Formats: sequence, C-alpha cells, structure tokens
Amino acid sequence: MYKYDFYDQQIVDERVVQYRDQVRRRLSDELSEDEFRMLRLQNGLYMQIHAYMLRIAVPYGMLSSAQMRMFAHIARKYDRGYGHFTTRQNIQFNWIKLEETPDILADLASVEMHGIQTSGNCIRNITSDEYAGVAADEIIDPRPYAEILRQWSTFHPEFAYLPRKFKIAINGATEDRAAIAVHDIGLSVLKNEQGEIGFRVLVGGGTARTPIVGSEICGFLPWQHVLTYIESIMRVYNQYGRRDNMYKSRIKILVKAIGIEEFRRQVEADWADIKDGPGTLTLEELNRVAAYFTAPAYESLPENDPAVALFKAENKAFANWLQRNVKPHKILGYAAVVLSLKKTDIAPGDASAEQMDVVADMADRFSFGELRVTHKQNLVLADVKQSDLIRLWEESTEHGMASPNIGLLTDVICCPGADFCTLAFARSIPLAKLIAERFDNLDFLHDIGEIELNISGCVNACGHNHIGNIGVIGVDKKDGGEWYQVSVGGAQGNDTAIGKIIGPSFNFQQMPEVIDRLLQVYVRERFEEELFIDTVRRIGMAPFKEYVYATPINTEGAIDKDAYGFINKPDNYTVQRKSRF
Amino acid sequence: MIIKNKAIVSDDWTILRLSENETPESITVPAGKMIVPLTVWQAQRDNLQARAELGVWLASHERPEELKGEVGKFDVIAVDFPKFGDGRGYSIAYNLRARLGYVGELRAIGDVLRDQMFYMQRVGFDSFAPRPDKNIHDALKGLTDFSEIYQISLDQKLPLFRRVKRDGIATAGSAND
Repeated sequence: MYKYDFYDQQIVDERVVQYRDQVRRRLSDELSEDEFRMLRLQNGLYMQIHAYMLRIAVPYGMLSSAQMRMFAHIARKYDRGYGHFTTRQNIQFNWIKLEETPDILADLASVEMHGIQTSGNCIRNITSDEYAGVAADEIIDPRPYAEILRQWSTFHPEFAYLPRKFKIAINGATEDRAAIAVHDIGLSVLKNEQGEIGFRVLVGGGTARTPIVGSEICGFLPWQHVLTYIESIMRVYNQYGRRDNMYKSRIKILVKAIGIEEFRRQVEADWADIKDGPGTLTLEELNRVAAYFTAPAYESLPENDPAVALFKAENKAFANWLQRNVKPHKILGYAAVVLSLKKTDIAPGDASAEQMDVVADMADRFSFGELRVTHKQNLVLADVKQSDLIRLWEESTEHGMASPNIGLLTDVICCPGADFCTLAFARSIPLAKLIAERFDNLDFLHDIGEIELNISGCVNACGHNHIGNIGVIGVDKKDGGEWYQVSVGGAQGNDTAIGKIIGPSFNFQQMPEVIDRLLQVYVRERFEEELFIDTVRRIGMAPFKEYVYATPINTEGAIDKDAYGFINKPDNYTVQRKSRF
Repeated sequence: MIIKNKAIVSDDWTILRLSENETPESITVPAGKMIVPLTVWQAQRDNLQARAELGVWLASHERPEELKGEVGKFDVIAVDFPKFGDGRGYSIAYNLRARLGYVGELRAIGDVLRDQMFYMQRVGFDSFAPRPDKNIHDALKGLTDFSEIYQISLDQKLPLFRRVKRDGIATAGSAND
C-alpha cells in the first residue's frame, strides 16, 4: 500500500500543529464555537449527543496492521475500548474529549493517518472497491488514482468551503463495488478499444432527501485529465451550487436544475482553459504511486488445499463460512477473507480494541500485513493462502468475527442512529439487533440468500437505505415516536436503483414482522435460485405491499427498548436535533 | 490596518457599502480612496472612471466576468466574504486572476479570519482585511500554516509532482500496462 514520502508526512504533521493551536484558541475562547466548528469538522470532529465523535480517514479503505494497532491504542487510551467502521470505509470513535484530539491526531500522524476532510463541506475521503488489486474482474487497479486524487483534494484551497460535502468514489472492475452511481462524482476506470485507459465520469448521484442515480458527464476521459476535469466540475459547483438551503446544496440538485447537458457545457468551458496545462497528471507520477500497489510476493501454490476440502466436509460451520465469507482471488491458491463485524449482539461495524489487535496480528501472519475496510462495514484480509483458511477461521471464530453472514440479511448496513447522532429521528443499531435476533437462524438466512438490508436513522441516509434491497429509514413524525419507512427494490452495483417506499411507516416493534412478511412474499414467489432483488424486479412492489399491509401487525409482547442497554431518546430530543453537528 | 504582501500595513481605502435605502444609482460616492460595490461601478461608471484612484468590490453572489475588460481600471479589487463558510469568493478570486488577467491588489474583506487565510492567499488574494474584532498580528500567522502543498492554484503553477523529485519505491512495469 501507499507509504508517505517526506512531503506527505510534513503536510500531515503541520496539520496537527495547526489543529492543536486551533483547539488551544477554542479553549481560551479566542475562537468562538461557530468559528471553530468548521475547523474541527474538517478534522473529522463532530459534536454528538453524549460526546465528541472523531472520524479518521482510511483512504479508499486500505489499512496496514500498524495502523489497525493504532486504532486499538486510540480505542483504549482515548475512547471506551471500541471503534465503529463506517460505510465510507472510515473509522469513528464515539467518546472523545476535545482536549485530547490534538494528541490523537499526532498519534495518527505517526502511522501516516489523519482526520483531514472526513467531515465539513469539502471533498471527503475517496472510496473504492474493497477487493481492488485482487478481484478477478478488475480492469485497472483504481487505488493509484484514488491516492493521487486524495493528495490533489487534500487542502485544495479553492474547494474547502463548498456549498455542501462532496464525495468521490472510484471503481476499476467490471462489477461496481464502490457504489459510484450514488456519489457526487463516480469514476469508473476503463480501457477503450485502442487499449487506452480512461474514466467514465458520473456526476450528481446521491441518496438522502433526493435519491438519484448519477448522470454521465463524460464517457471516456483519458486518465491524464482526471485532476483538471474534476477541478472544473468543482469550480462550477462551487460557484453555482445552492447555498441558501442545505437540503438543496449538493451537486445533484444543481445538475438536476440546469440539466446534465448545460452542466457539461459549463464544465467543458472551464476545462478548456486548464486542459493539458501543468495540472495534467504525468505518467511518471502515476507510476510512482502505482508502484506502491503492485502485487505482494505471492507464492506459487496449488489451486486448492486438500485439508480445506476435508475439513469443510466434516464441519458445517466452517463450510458456511467458506461459502459466505471467503471470496475468490485472482491468484491461484489465495482467497480474500471477509471478517464479519455483524455479530448478532454487537452494533454493525463495531470492533473492540482487542479485536483490532487480533485483526492486525492476523493481517501480519496471513495477509502481508494489510487489510481493508468495506463499505458494508466489515474487514477484509485480501491475500490469504488457502492453507491458512482453517487457522484463520478458528482464530476469527474465537474473537467473534466469523459470522458466516456476508451478503446475507444480517450483514446489515447501518448508520449510528439516534443513540449517537444528533440528526437521527430514530435508532438504527437497536433495530438492526432486533431484526438480527428475529432471524438468527443460519439455515433460514442461507436459504434467503443474498439480500441487502440497509438502515438509516434519518433522511440523511448514511446507512444507504435507498440502495438497499430492503431499505429502512427513520422518519420525523409529530408524535415524537420512532417510525420507520420501508422501501424495496433498491440496489447498488452495476444495476444501481433507488428503492420504492411501500407505504405508511411502522413503529420499532413492528419492524421485524415487516421484514418477515417481505421475505415470506419472496419465498412464495421466487423461482429457483432467484435472488430477492430479482424477484422484486420481476413481480414489482405490489405483492410485497399488499401482503405487508394485509393484516395489522401486533406489537404486544414486543421487546422493551431498555432491554438493549441503549440510551433512550432524551426528553429534550427535538432541541438537541436542532443543534446540528 | 490590513495585511498586504504578508505584512501588516496601514490602509487608507474606504469600503463603500449601500445601506437599505440607498441605490447604486442614487448614492453619492465620497471623494478619496473608495472601494465601491460592483453595482455602483456599473451604475456610475462614467463619473467614477475619471477618478485618480478607485477600487471595486464583489459580493459573493456576483460574477467576476462582469468586470471583463475592465479589471485594469482599478487599483484594488476586493471580494466580500459575508460568512467565512461561503466559499464562492475563492473561485471569484481565482477567476479574476486566472481568467480575467487581474494583476493588481486583490483584497479579502468581510468575515476574514486567520484560519481561512492560507487558502485565500493560494487562490490569488494578496491583501486581507481581517475582521476588526480579531487580532491582526495573530491573523498574519495564518499565512504560514503549511510549508508545502500538493496541487496547483494561483500561487503555484506546478503541482508537487512536477516540482520536486518525490520518493518512491522501485518497481517493474507501468501502472497502465
């Protein structure tokens, strides 16, 4: 993976010095909270309900074992012993003290990490395919481009105070695993008929209040131009994006308002001035960065390990894990292994300090010291020998990271929700738990097969509800209760689609039954081997809607919210929600 | 006092702002070194361009292209930041310099604070009027937060990767093979 040179390190070190002074000035009241807020946000520090939350950038999801150990250290020293991996492949710590944040960032800088631009109205962490470099369907490894874009966007002087946050995703494989269609800019690396490398550029995709699939602004942008072309997109957006209403300030609203043709015309007019200029990427720089992403020292191995086949035959749990959590690798004898952070009794994406240390250790022993964070909030060891699979399974089982549920119903994508976030209308983590408990039957889960259940606590849709096969979103109701709207038919990947709301909302206790009824319709209607999403596409939403609402959903005997040990919504909930971020 | 060319200097320009009951046409521009709103310049161009010294300022929603072919008429052009989080002024400054060829004094006015000034100087501002309640000596420190930068802007025509020899690791082959 990429290693900082002198300049990368200097820039991050100077950021720590700058931020430390900003915190000092805030604590001595030289800076007002309003002035400080945007500065701390651009270092990933949010004010949440109970404490500060610090979001640390994991560029395009790649981590070294040393960096993972640093997370464990931060969890122990500055937090409550755990961290939360997010849908943007980052990690968040939820119980942070402002006074300690400069030290945390200094600790992070010592392992080439930071919280730069993980929040605020700027270009955020660039996300990519968690199987980059090892996927069999890869056209071009997107990580060198992601790193080059990371450097370009870091402290870009013109685009630090945009109308709203700005997210870029990049994919380099046939299958889109980076959800590029729901990003402000989605890049897909491809080769044209002449064998030249370039990007298909999508712009104006997104979820939240206005879920929309991105429009193609350029079908083939030669790779040299990626920085200047994005610069022009940003400049048009910075000047013309709405700033009067934060719900209408994302680039998608601008693209929709003026149309993709007019938006393209403006971008190209700006670009004409800088195209082929000094901002153009050079082959020398591309090669310098790409050299960090070359294949590790793979051994020449047989395709399969006989011990694995033998153990698989006699151990059903191992067989389930192989089926769900072990992914194909382009090199014979290797596999990519997903460590599930979706155990029934923990919040999706959470990992304890102990687990982090264990994962770091496993990465060193089994996967060249590297690991990845997935946008589905799991971890991946990307280069594991077949002959290490049994040991890896045993160790990850012992540490609660071998739930054989990758891609299944309980592999939920979930935002922090109202337990932590000031924006949320409803809790999402306890709901994910409630659903996981209801469907805690492996045979059933495997029978249902691949399905994406995505849960967000509010309209901001951090849990990607719109692109879940089943999407759940907390909605704002005047009675102050917790209500959830349900959609079906959303999807990510090559056939990205925005799910359709099935009807009126449900309360917390009703939700497992709602999911159950949706699954019953699927089981009734599906053809052999047909996935949930394909059944929805074939028969439409109507049968699902009809069955879910056919009879009232009884909530008697529903589980007491307090039983989950989570904080109930405070009485002054509405007031807290108004104090944004 | 303002910050100009990285130093604190005294300043005798006055920024003219329209009050609610004044219009660009009706306002009387006082004598002396005045920085007038773009709308006043446009309404009173004939009178104003006879002045020996004149400045103009743009609001964040105004377009720098409105001054196309005219930027040379001003001794100073200012860009107003109504709130420091309104980033349009950065692109206005960039366009004034890069696209309209303005080479004179370019001043940031309004909600101008230390922690944004490093970015401001990069997009072409060479003069800053920090918010009056802030210590100007403290603000000056904002210009030196970073000693190196990655990307091009107005102040730096070459990206880091074209300017310096960056360390890499030895490898065989090319990224785009």
